[in-house]
Amino acid sequence: MSIAGHWYLALGAVLFSIGAVGLLVRRNVLVMFMCIELMLNAANLTFVTFARMLDDIGGQALVFFVLVVAAAEVVVGLGLVVAIFRRRRGTTADDLHMLKG
Amino acid sequence: MPGLVPPSLLPVLAAASVVDRITFGIGATIVILGAIGVVISRNPVHAALMLVMTLFGVAVLFVEQGANFLAAVQVIVYAGAIVVLFLFVIMFLGVDRQENLAEEPLPLQRPLAITLVVLGLAGLLVLAIGSHWSTGAPSVAGPAQAQHGGDVAALGRSVFTTYLFPFEITAALLVIAVVGAVVLARRPRDGDKVEAETDGGGPGAPSAADGSVESTESVARAVAGTVSAAHGRADADAVETGEVTP
Repeated sequence: MSIAGHWYLALGAVLFSIGAVGLLVRRNVLVMFMCIELMLNAANLTFVTFARMLDDIGGQALVFFVLVVAAAEVVVGLGLVVAIFRRRRGTTADDLHMLKG
Repeated sequence: MPGLVPPSLLPVLAAASVVDRITFGIGATIVILGAIGVVISRNPVHAALMLVMTLFGVAVLFVEQGANFLAAVQVIVYAGAIVVLFLFVIMFLGVDRQENLAEEPLPLQRPLAITLVVLGLAGLLVLAIGSHWSTGAPSVAGPAQAQHGGDVAALGRSVFTTYLFPFEITAALLVIAVVGAVVLARRPRDGDKVEAETDGGGPGAPSAADGSVESTESVARAVAGTVSAAHGRADADAVETGEVTP
């Protein structure tokens, strides 16, 4: 008998919150991306927990797709960071005020 | 942590074996410490390494819950590909220096962010611990463990039958991501005169109004565009490399 799923859900909630705080507080775009990865991992952990609690493989299949989307998101996001850095010489969110009126 | 659990759950928790509890404790500690390290480390390289630690902890928790295939994929794809990509970009851009976390342009941002997230966390914890998650009938995806082959067989059967169309769509998504990354990261060459001109003129004009570094940069870019149009590829490459070196 393994650990009750509530512990995993609570851990996922804490992990998601840490990622959200980092995303809101940090100004380095690369670190903000890493915080998004933390939040995605919290969601994945929750999916796997529900897959075990409800005995349903759908949760694990969804984690598979989340992994693919996370990889695509990181590739495009880091491409954007490289393109912006080439023009603006900085990777903090404060450097990106080009669209400000 | 023990304070978070209502007394009705304690017998359920006691039913778990000692090994399970130790594994969960170690995995949860690794995950939380790594996540905090990502948020508070001043060097982006250290943040990436802390992210690896969190990802390994999550993989341990996947194994603990019987998702062996996803644990392997987690280590290979996340720790092996995504974090390496992060580190590659950090090294490539040369931003691996310490940053001053005490400097904060918006004084209200940190307290406000932490307050909002703590409120959200409280709601999530109430939902996670207090609710009963036994919903109605199981979905069409099938049970989590197949008769033969365990979770790998069950996941494979599910992905290639029930979720076949989404699986095909992810192929298109990955191709789009690759093409987009190439287009974004590519440098304008002498073959694209139009792009070289817009590069010097369009975004250069507003940034020239800013003055300082940006204007010289746009001038250099315009020069690179003009030179490449006039003298061809070799000169353009020389100018561009000279411009990119910090």
